Amino acid sequence: MENEFYPLFYQFNFYLFGLIALVSAIVFVTRKSPVAAALWLVMVMFALAALYVMLGAEFVGMMQVLVYAGAIMVVFLFVVMLLNLGHPSELNDIRGKWGRIAAGLVGLALVAELLALGRSSVNTNLVLPAAPAGDVAQGTAGIIGPIAGPLFKEYLLAFELTSVLLLVAIIGAVVLAKKRSAVAVDTETRHAR
Amino acid sequence: MLAESLTLSAALFTIGVIGVLTRRNAIIVFMCVELMLNAVNLSFVALSRLYGATGQVFVIFVMTVAAAEAAVGLAIIISIFRHKKSVNLQDINILRG
Repeated sequence: MENEFYPLFYQFNFYLFGLIALVSAIVFVTRKSPVAAALWLVMVMFALAALYVMLGAEFVGMMQVLVYAGAIMVVFLFVVMLLNLGHPSELNDIRGKWGRIAAGLVGLALVAELLALGRSSVNTNLVLPAAPAGDVAQGTAGIIGPIAGPLFKEYLLAFELTSVLLLVAIIGAVVLAKKRSAVAVDTETRHAR
Repeated sequence: MLAESLTLSAALFTIGVIGVLTRRNAIIVFMCVELMLNAVNLSFVALSRLYGATGQVFVIFVMTVAAAEAAVGLAIIISIFRHKKSVNLQDINILRG
């Protein structure tokens, strides 16, 4: 893999993108404006895409850029602009004392778990299984082959159900966000009476 | 790089949880949920180097579900905004009783 040839370069870039992701995430959570927060989240997602590529998941990295940074965040920004959220009363939305205390406690607990995990004797020496790695390196299966195999064999049912889920989401989003026409509102109020 | 990836994943998840707990803007809370999903994706990808490409298949599924969730959730937010003229979670308390 990549780190065979330039271990220092690989490690430096890995830490660099990890740091970018972490700092962007912290900045994202502390922004007041939803638009600024969304753009910082896009930064996190780009850094994560770079990490995916470095971890040998090129297809997932590409999907991350296309689906997350490209599609989902555009939907978020679109909604922010559609609702015109920018006036000062909306901006100060960070919770008061109790919310911060609860968040601090949960954060401390999670960090403690993290430290405990780091101290436990997990086998962190990365041992790649020989066969699939060789497959990828030789280019017999390509990049997408190892993903497409299980996706269309073991997980075919889940894959098909995902398409149903997407259809449901499309219809549901249209139904929920559609502006009700005056006639429909009128008949509804007549039924209510 | 496995240990670093898992640590970064846990840290990002923690930041997402803190964001969900501290923010009141529904859209930002939604974005924090997306950040948590991304953190889990990172650990899936990191572990897929160890245990084969099935982890990446799961990342594809997570992305699909996240897309569906974002579409429906934002539609709900738009719908609530029509009634309440606000996306502040403190104003959305009709189920509190």
